[in-house]
Amino acid sequence: MDWSALMISLQLAVWTVAILLLLGLVVGRRLAYSRWRGKVLVEALLALPLVLPPTVLGYYLLVAAGGASPLGRLYERLVGQPLVFSFEGLVLASVVFNLPFAIQPIQRGFEAIPLEVREVAACCGMTARQSLLRIELPLAWRGIVSGAILTFAHTLGEFGVVLMVGGNIPGETQTIAIAIYDRVQAFDQAAAGTMAAVLLAISLLTITLSYALSARIGRRHG
Amino acid sequence: MPVRAVVLRVILRSPIKHSWLVGLLVTALLTLCGSVTAQEAPVVAAAADLQFALVEIAQSFRQETGQDIKLSFGSSGNFAAQIENGAPFQLLLSADEEYVSRLKAHGFTLDDGVLYAIGRIVLFIPHGSTLKADASLRDLRDALVDGRLKKFAIANPEHAPYGRAARSVLQHEGLWEAIQPFLVLGENAAQAAQFATSGSAQGGMMPLSLAQAPALTQRGQFAPLPADWHPPLRQRMVLLRGATGPAKAFYAYLQTPAARAVFSRYGFIPPDER
Repeated sequence: MDWSALMISLQLAVWTVAILLLLGLVVGRRLAYSRWRGKVLVEALLALPLVLPPTVLGYYLLVAAGGASPLGRLYERLVGQPLVFSFEGLVLASVVFNLPFAIQPIQRGFEAIPLEVREVAACCGMTARQSLLRIELPLAWRGIVSGAILTFAHTLGEFGVVLMVGGNIPGETQTIAIAIYDRVQAFDQAAAGTMAAVLLAISLLTITLSYALSARIGRRHG
Repeated sequence: MPVRAVVLRVILRSPIKHSWLVGLLVTALLTLCGSVTAQEAPVVAAAADLQFALVEIAQSFRQETGQDIKLSFGSSGNFAAQIENGAPFQLLLSADEEYVSRLKAHGFTLDDGVLYAIGRIVLFIPHGSTLKADASLRDLRDALVDGRLKKFAIANPEHAPYGRAARSVLQHEGLWEAIQPFLVLGENAAQAAQFATSGSAQGGMMPLSLAQAPALTQRGQFAPLPADWHPPLRQRMVLLRGATGPAKAFYAYLQTPAARAVFSRYGFIPPDER
């Protein structure tokens, strides 16, 4: 059992959730309230990682962040090491391929708030910030949490993009999903079996938590 | 308003009991802080045929020097591509020479590198297969016609040297065209070996160094193929730009008689050069 691979997966998931929660709150809320006609295009773009093969995403990330790209060169000049095949590169890739998993549930959460409720808040003299903190976030909470949980679970499970962008570097970019693949190729069935079982348990736990939570909140609001 | 106050407020006002949420946050923080361990050990990229031999050599290196190194196994071609894209490997043990000279030409290596072994390729037939481990490939030729062969595993010739060797062998015997519909391609030599032993393929070609390892000998029989049926698998290793002390020490260790003895035990032929 390779605990460092599990730790890398968990760290990657935590970073991804942290970044996407912020991004999701801004973008998801904006999209939920927007009546702009071009909104569909933005939504379609953000949903792309759901349907694109991981290899396509991985390829474009390699092209966009690799040593030959402007972004890759800028990063290397600032930080002194390349962006791809590093943990930071994995975080970037992970944020991109989790965009729909975070933003869509958050957007649904804000969309479910009736317009009247927001208008009442405004009429009562609440500032935008007060309305967000006291009215909208508590009402959209379910969507936000399920976005976070889905992102967390999906990051643990991602394989193709991680392999392409991260390589298979133990202690740096070897996530638990990659480590299982690696162990099978090393004819180490015992370790592969243990890690697969751990990943299965964590995933089941996370998803159960997500369902339990939505049931609870459903009752409260229902 | 300070950020912490906002966060606290959000948590307190949320309709969720906060106990588990706080638990989650604490876990997250612990995860983040807990294990950003010192990234000192150099990462060595090694051809997949070294899967067993190099693990053993690395272990004795660790015991003798107290220095840690990390091993990553894969296809030589993939590693070369990753190194050109900036992957932070410090030492590459390729299964051929071409990738090393290409990396050198593009300025990614410290020197010319050293030939460390000559590889051999074998025909592997798993238990339960109706094929014979016959180095002349006569039985394989028959099996192609009489329908006994359903799947045959080799490494991908596009980026795995052992895949290229397998292709050369099959071409030498005039079987390359006929076997096309039956081929399953492993991403590297170890994956080809894993496919060949999975029970879903009737046979495959893999490095002698893998076929001889205990994990595989119990799964089937093998026959080494004539070395003159394919261009020699001259395996070269090279220090990469940015290699540090421990990587250089390991590079030197790999050239000691002790390390060479391990390579020989796994079926590698010592290089005649030097």
